[in-house]
Amino acid sequence: MGVRTATLVAMSSATLPVALADATRDDASLRRFLHGLPGVDQVGVEQRAAGLGTRSIKKAAKLQAIDTAISMVDLTTLEGADTHGKVRALAAKARRPDPERPDTPRVAAVCVYPDLAAIAVEALAGTGIGVASVATAFPSGRSSREVKLADVELAVRSGASEVDMVIDRGAFLEGRYGQVFDEIVAVKAACGDAHLKVILETGELATYDNVRRASWLALLAGGDFIKTSTGKVSPAATLPVTHVMLRAVRDWYETTGELRGVKPAGGIRNTKDAVRYLVAVHEVAGEEWLTPSLFRFGASSLLNDLLLQRRTQLEGHYTGPDYIAE
Amino acid sequence: MSDRVGVAKTYKLYIGGAFPRSESGRTYQVTDSKGAFLANAAHASRKDVRDAVVAARKAFPGWSGATAYNRGQVLYRVAEMLEGRRDQFAAEVASAEGIPARKAQSIVDESVDRWVWYAGWTDKIATVLGAANPVSGPYFSFTVPEPTGVVGVLAPQESSLLGLVSVLAPVLATGCTAVVVTSAERPLPAITLSEVLATSDVPGGVVNVLTGRAGELGPWLASHGDVNAIDPTGAGPLGRVEVAREAADTVKRVLAVPDDDPDWTATPDIGRLRHYLEAKTVWHPMGV
Amino acid sequence: MSMWEYAPAPESRDIANLKPEYRPFIGGEFAEGGGEPLKTVNPATEEVLAEVGTASRADVDTAVKAARKAYDRTWRKLPGSERAKYLFRIARLIQERARELAVLESLDNGKPIKESRDSDVPTAAAHFFYHAGWADKLGYAGLGPSPKPLGVAGQIIPWNFPLLMLAWKIAPALATGNTVVLKPAETTPLTALVFAEICQQADLPSGVVNILPGAGDIGAELVNHPDVDKIAFTGSTEVGKQIQRAVAGTGKRLTLELGGKAANIVFDDAAIDQAVDGIVNGIFFNQGHVCCAGSRLLVQESIADELLTKLRARISTLRVGDPLDKNTDVGAINSAEQLARITELADSGDVEGAQRWTSPCPVPDRGFFFAPTVFSDVEQSMRIAREEIFGPVLSVLTFRTPDEAVGKANNTPYGLSAGIWTEKGSRILWVANKLRAGVVWANTFNRFDPAAPFGGYQESGFGREGGRTGLEAYLHV
Repeated sequence: MGVRTATLVAMSSATLPVALADATRDDASLRRFLHGLPGVDQVGVEQRAAGLGTRSIKKAAKLQAIDTAISMVDLTTLEGADTHGKVRALAAKARRPDPERPDTPRVAAVCVYPDLAAIAVEALAGTGIGVASVATAFPSGRSSREVKLADVELAVRSGASEVDMVIDRGAFLEGRYGQVFDEIVAVKAACGDAHLKVILETGELATYDNVRRASWLALLAGGDFIKTSTGKVSPAATLPVTHVMLRAVRDWYETTGELRGVKPAGGIRNTKDAVRYLVAVHEVAGEEWLTPSLFRFGASSLLNDLLLQRRTQLEGHYTGPDYIAE
Repeated sequence: MSDRVGVAKTYKLYIGGAFPRSESGRTYQVTDSKGAFLANAAHASRKDVRDAVVAARKAFPGWSGATAYNRGQVLYRVAEMLEGRRDQFAAEVASAEGIPARKAQSIVDESVDRWVWYAGWTDKIATVLGAANPVSGPYFSFTVPEPTGVVGVLAPQESSLLGLVSVLAPVLATGCTAVVVTSAERPLPAITLSEVLATSDVPGGVVNVLTGRAGELGPWLASHGDVNAIDPTGAGPLGRVEVAREAADTVKRVLAVPDDDPDWTATPDIGRLRHYLEAKTVWHPMGV
Repeated sequence: MSMWEYAPAPESRDIANLKPEYRPFIGGEFAEGGGEPLKTVNPATEEVLAEVGTASRADVDTAVKAARKAYDRTWRKLPGSERAKYLFRIARLIQERARELAVLESLDNGKPIKESRDSDVPTAAAHFFYHAGWADKLGYAGLGPSPKPLGVAGQIIPWNFPLLMLAWKIAPALATGNTVVLKPAETTPLTALVFAEICQQADLPSGVVNILPGAGDIGAELVNHPDVDKIAFTGSTEVGKQIQRAVAGTGKRLTLELGGKAANIVFDDAAIDQAVDGIVNGIFFNQGHVCCAGSRLLVQESIADELLTKLRARISTLRVGDPLDKNTDVGAINSAEQLARITELADSGDVEGAQRWTSPCPVPDRGFFFAPTVFSDVEQSMRIAREEIFGPVLSVLTFRTPDEAVGKANNTPYGLSAGIWTEKGSRILWVANKLRAGVVWANTFNRFDPAAPFGGYQESGFGREGGRTGLEAYLHV
């Protein structure tokens, strides 16, 4: 790896504690900082995640969890075959997830590719539901900086309120942390008022140590959220990975006083899974994170299971998918 | 007369690599098997026990921390040195035990061989008693035997050399250090052995040799808070009960010994080694 | 979202099949015990669970005779392969009745259902499975070509892991060809008596296992019985010493698994979040009623403040309460007597100048409970640093160098277990080598497995349970 001489783009480091401001001074400092973070023991974190996974959430606590989870869903479609019609249908579902039960909370956002962001914005106008657009050559992130930024500009211009970018995993794994940092800073700048979610693609980072480093890197660079996965790589979100990221935002908060969010995405398909994630949010990060402004689920099929379970809770008997509008 | 007057040896204790007299100033007469005077031996007291335990404890980190290969070489060196003094030991054993010279010679030979046998065990016993434990979980777990610490050895009363070597060598082979109370009536081979130890490569304090009464000193060793295990062989059937009782207050390991002394010429097993070893189990997760 | 409170999620106590009366198990039958019946209490509610018949001194003799008869006429003559099948059967029956045993254990002992369900009962079954396999392979254990059993084993177990400690004792004894008379703890006899039912269901020959509920006097009677060949005891160091004294000179074989005051050493390069979890697991698992509990935290000074902050935050999330609630992390203290002892020792910490911090978690009004507690500014000389508290109380000390850590860790008459937290491999092996403890957990804590020997140095006892080493305790070697 060649010696990188460019200095890191300055972030709004004026508000950061000295130790963190120093961390982003140059490439070597950043590397020192990230490698100085405490390690993560795989067996230990997986055991803790499995242990918390045995929490038994029943009755009112379960209904409350279901409603909370619904309000945290980024209802997602990221297919090559996505059409205007598909996006409009998704938007309709986002507005009224269960038309027969109007008290059902609305989802947090709809998540689409940038060329369809405008369609979603139009369909959701005035609802308060966000439009998230993936960008930066999603999902691989393999393109030039110019192309990635153009992608972001398209999303923002189309009215997306949230941008889900991917980090350059190749650069990260090569140890070119400064390059990854600069890119996030540049994307953040291009976002304007839109919130930035930084996708780490943890399935490609391979170790929890890397997940912790990438989390801090993204937080230092100004990401509003750190997000596990694109959903296009297996494994996508897992509980222990989410534990590590929740721990990172908690530590960030302890250090800076700022609240940043976490979004697991991919692989969370049913209510049981979602409740396990909420338990982790509750007990690892803390109660403050149990809000859509700080925790999201990136999912496509999860919502319907949440709705089915919600009906079961309210109606006292099991229901079937035919009773929930797609 | 051409016979010169011999120079008699003063027999003393062996503590911390030095040869002090008993702190008590006491001595007792040692005779041969027919009652003829041989020497005045130091009559060790409880304070000599105290000093010997201090010396043994001080020597423990170095001896237990030495490589097993090194300990094996040191024990083999003891065999070499003993072999070099065959005749002296044979004479002392013969007069102490009242046995013919030939038999005494054979006992000395077996004593040498016993050191050699235990010398070879030092770097094998961990393989035989240790284990990699196949636990059900993402952990590497292994068990290693480690020396228990300072061992009080009440040496056999009758077998003055082979018995002594048979109870002392396994203590050293494991990496423990020893405070030995010799046969009371037949202490001279033990004292000569301590001269061998002092001039071999065994670090001072690893073996401490007290001449005196097992019945008197045994309970002090057994109740001592800084002694980890005890071999009550030389205390006799009744004395062993007292030693075992005294040992209870510090949860000391007490070697189970038969009522009658065994045939020391028989090939030993690893029972004594096992007794002076603690199994330590270590766990570590396996992850990336 | 408004405060998210987990609704109570209690396991049904009906699953325990609780009976109004339990009786001693002697010679294959439930017998009328000659002792004064005892009432076993649910420590979480202080209500009486059942009346339990206890053994008299004469019953001890009857049980030892039954065990001797079973040993002479049946068990010792049975080929190892046949003994093995009985142990396999028992293991399966424990698995089949796992839920019942777990609920009963939590009712009688006060431990959280998630622990009895996920740890105690499955590990008990695992011990029978593991040792079953040894029964016909003892010649391969490195203890000679055909090692012989000892005869009748008297076994006395504590109240902290009633069924699991029973399994640790009975499984190896039976696998090696011994018969047993076991005395469960006075306050937790119920799962042992359900285990007796399991022995019946397994068609285990009469007298091979005998269970005698009772107090310390019955234990003493068993220890002193002339026809017992072996005593295995798990419990306090104080009683262990009495037993060692009692069997001195009798020729009885003895193994002791006694108290501890384990050091959990955290270096500044540790994986800090997992270290925090490990510290919590080390001292609050089973309410701290664990002989190998990591009751002394030794933390490197350079990270002491940060670690303590994280630790207190983490402990604050522990849920203390109804042992049958699936979300309870810390259950009830086993008895009023134990609660008084914990309270007294914790108070001594205040008096001696340590700083007490108590988890703000809500604690039930009824029953025996003690909120998770951490003492900082603890010195080696304080009682809370030296005496076994056997409760949810952690003492925090600091160190500067590895030598100092090891020195403090070893500065105790005990030597059961220890923990090490560092990301540096060579340091782990160096420290593990220096620690005078029978079990060393590095970057983990409180792991137990039938294949891994467990037992202590010095006043933590002698002999090992588990693994090949554990077989020695029940064979002529």
